Amino acid sequence: MNISLQRFLRHLYFLCQKELLSLFKDPRMRIQLVMPVIIEGFLFGYAANYNIEEVPYAVVDRSETSSARDFLAHVAGAPTFSCYAVCGNVQEVSTLIDAGEVLGGIIVPEDFEKKLEHGEPAPVQVITDGRNPMIASMVKSYVTEIAASWSEAKGFSRLPVSIETRTWFNPNQLSRWTFLPSFLAMIAFVQVMFLAGLSIAEEREQGTFDQLLVTPFSPTEILIGKATPPVIVGLFQAAMVFLIARFWFEVPFAGNLFTLLLTLFIFMVSTTGLGLSISSVAKNMQQVLVYLLVLMIPMVLLSGLVTPIHNMPEFLQIITYADPMRFVIDAVRRIYLEGAGLCDIAWDFVPMLAVAAVTMPLAGWLFRHKTT
Amino acid sequence: MEIIEAKGLSKVFVLKDGKQVTALGGIDLSVPEGQLTALVGPDGAGKTTLMRLVCGLMTKTDGSLQVAGLDVTQRPQAVQDLLSYMPQKFGLYEDLTVQENLDLYADLHGVTQDTRQQRFRHLLEMTELAPFTERLAGKLSGGMKQKLGLACTLVRSPRLLLLDEPTVGVDPLSRRELWQILQQLVREERLSVLVSTAYMEEAARCEKVYVLNHGHFLKGGTPAKLREVAAGMCYKVTPPEGMPLRSLQSRLLAEKSVIDAVPSGGVVRFITRGNPVELKPLARLSLTAEAIEPRLEDGFMTLLKEDVQEQGGPAVQTAAASSGQMGTFSERSRVAAPVEIEVHDLVRRFGDFTAVSHTSFSVHRGEVFGLLGPNGAGKTTTFRMLCGLLPATSGKISVAGVNLRTARIEARAKVGYVAQKFSLYSSLSVYENLRFFGGAYGLYGAHLYARIQAVLREFHLQDVADHAAGSLPGGYKQRLSMAAALIHKPEILFLDEPTSGIDPLARRTFWQKITALSERGTTIIITTHFMEEAEYCDRFMIQDHGRMLVLGSPEEIRQRMRLPDATMDDIFVAIVEQARSEAEKDSKAKGAVS
Repeated sequence: MNISLQRFLRHLYFLCQKELLSLFKDPRMRIQLVMPVIIEGFLFGYAANYNIEEVPYAVVDRSETSSARDFLAHVAGAPTFSCYAVCGNVQEVSTLIDAGEVLGGIIVPEDFEKKLEHGEPAPVQVITDGRNPMIASMVKSYVTEIAASWSEAKGFSRLPVSIETRTWFNPNQLSRWTFLPSFLAMIAFVQVMFLAGLSIAEEREQGTFDQLLVTPFSPTEILIGKATPPVIVGLFQAAMVFLIARFWFEVPFAGNLFTLLLTLFIFMVSTTGLGLSISSVAKNMQQVLVYLLVLMIPMVLLSGLVTPIHNMPEFLQIITYADPMRFVIDAVRRIYLEGAGLCDIAWDFVPMLAVAAVTMPLAGWLFRHKTT
Repeated sequence: MEIIEAKGLSKVFVLKDGKQVTALGGIDLSVPEGQLTALVGPDGAGKTTLMRLVCGLMTKTDGSLQVAGLDVTQRPQAVQDLLSYMPQKFGLYEDLTVQENLDLYADLHGVTQDTRQQRFRHLLEMTELAPFTERLAGKLSGGMKQKLGLACTLVRSPRLLLLDEPTVGVDPLSRRELWQILQQLVREERLSVLVSTAYMEEAARCEKVYVLNHGHFLKGGTPAKLREVAAGMCYKVTPPEGMPLRSLQSRLLAEKSVIDAVPSGGVVRFITRGNPVELKPLARLSLTAEAIEPRLEDGFMTLLKEDVQEQGGPAVQTAAASSGQMGTFSERSRVAAPVEIEVHDLVRRFGDFTAVSHTSFSVHRGEVFGLLGPNGAGKTTTFRMLCGLLPATSGKISVAGVNLRTARIEARAKVGYVAQKFSLYSSLSVYENLRFFGGAYGLYGAHLYARIQAVLREFHLQDVADHAAGSLPGGYKQRLSMAAALIHKPEILFLDEPTSGIDPLARRTFWQKITALSERGTTIIITTHFMEEAEYCDRFMIQDHGRMLVLGSPEEIRQRMRLPDATMDDIFVAIVEQARSEAEKDSKAKGAVS
């Protein structure tokens, strides 16, 4: 083997060994790398959940026919709903909604069975609590779906209530499904940025960076040595979130593990580059923290994790192209839920690689040329 | 009348892991009123602890402690009302002017407006800071900062003044001025002063001196009484032509009967219990030693050495100049050796501040070259540029034929570097640190392993090989830094302030090591704020305010200044005063022209 390549690899070996040792020797660090991921993984799985369960509702059955009773029983049987009261009139329902005792009401009109028998659409009125539009629309769509499945089971040709478009890939509209895969990238993102961000600043503060710079290590070697632990830690954390999502919350995984890993790896490299650049610019660790916070919140906001990107003003949409988070979330969701392959998401790699291609060399250059 | 009276005073710290550390172990102290009393002792002897106990900032573990007849534990506020304390790092507000700092401290101490003006005038006059009242404290030199700190401490007239190492790293001229101020205060205001110091010539100015080591007083008394300890044991000897002082000193220090040896004023001073005629290094070189009067430092070193031996501590004479390496010294002229480092017209500016101004020098192979000067003189900036850590604003640097900043990385393999602050990886063990730096310098496999074992032995680190580097005491850290810098046997060794903060015995050992390295042909560049360490160097330069004041060998400079027996402090003061008077002449001449 080529002598300079041998030396390069040896240098990398010593650097990575040192970086990993100094990271994992600290018992506090070991806890810090594992506990938040587990806690956040579960927290987000449970808390970042727009779905509703056991929604209390009231019923007014004006029809009092067997079909109506059957339909209502079907609704009550769904895990989403729990019947709170049976009322005589609409007035009573609205009192209950005002008092916050129920989140909605279902009113079956008198001509329900007659219309069904004539093959006409039989409207069922659904009253929802408009003070919480999110829950209101959820309740509406759940009732619609239950009604649809009921009429299908009964073999009616025409449906009693109009059906809205069925949501793809998340048939139950479980928001957990779209959220957890995004967190594969998101949770690792936070710690990778911190690890990379603090690594050089910390060495500068402790004076060890000077010691490193006077050794025959080249900036490229130092850069790779510095980038390795954050990338490894990031992948490891993503794997933990993956296990939580897949086996605890039982979100089915449609894609290919290798594709997912590759996507996350490219993402980690681009964020590590960003973190290392910040670290080489900053004077001390305090400054790094400020830069990171200023940078990370917009990165998450612009990633499309919380709000759809096409709802943003156009100039913001353009800015999102510089945000590797945007593309990793898109790619991971598609791999995880749609089973997208490498070819399908290849375009997501381009902006992430572009960010890495700028930030990594920048960090390497800043090592030496930042004058203190 | 005694202002401070302590009996059986002790202070024990309990560490997090439950271990107990005795900082002070039952000491008796009496500080007379209206006099200067000095506390001397190596770092970590307990000087600062004692000061803080006297101030009531810390509570004693046992014993009694009274200040002006008041019990410190029972009436801390009453005690604090009559004393002023200047800690090692005095809290000046660097973004405020000199005047604003004074005002602020006067406000804090509740000094009334009418007494204030007169007091300020007196303090500013005494500290010679009057022309600089509008200058930001952060822009003052190290010596001026200390004087301002003293002035701020004295805004009210205390009965007792406590000063914790007020002159560390301050240039010799400012140090003298500071001591003149203290003596004036004692004379005029009958102030009582307790001052801790690492400089023996400062302690010699005090009426009473206490020597502290490991939390115990070794001896207390007048400077004359302490000098007596070494009476009849002090000698001086001149090395043969061409032999560096340090080589002879190092060999003398390796002798069992020699208590201490230092290069000083062109000769080697040493203390021995035996007859100097029986000393092998002198017999071999057929040199005769001449008896001399003891100095305070001789008494101090004798006390310290006896204490260390009693405690069964590590012997100071270690492998450095052991018999195996004896005689490797050859009488070659180093100046004739090829130039290893060349600096030409080097300038470094930070904004409008010139840290290093038009500096040129060259270092020959195998030379020990010193960069001397007080804190803030530009030593470290020069040093960082040499190592390639900082770009120069202008000028030319060449180390082993290249500029390390722009050269191919292989060139750096010839260089070893020890930073001022401990800068190895604290969480990694001693062994892991050495393995990493060995790997960095291209060692691997069996060779790396052998070198690690060799430096572990050489620097007596075998027993702590598995300890985390950050948990080691200061002396060990310093040795580990050296071991890491020397693991690849560099041709050139850069050392930034390696001797600051280590005790005098460890300093001797350190210089023995340097002497041995230079005899093996290593070129050594070293910065230090201890002027007397210039005596160990083949050649040195003194910097102040970024300017190079002088360059040459200690002998040359003494001759040039016509001060044959002068200490380096004297020479520094003479040079600065000469430079100042020339500047004055210049400005007068210019004034006359215009």
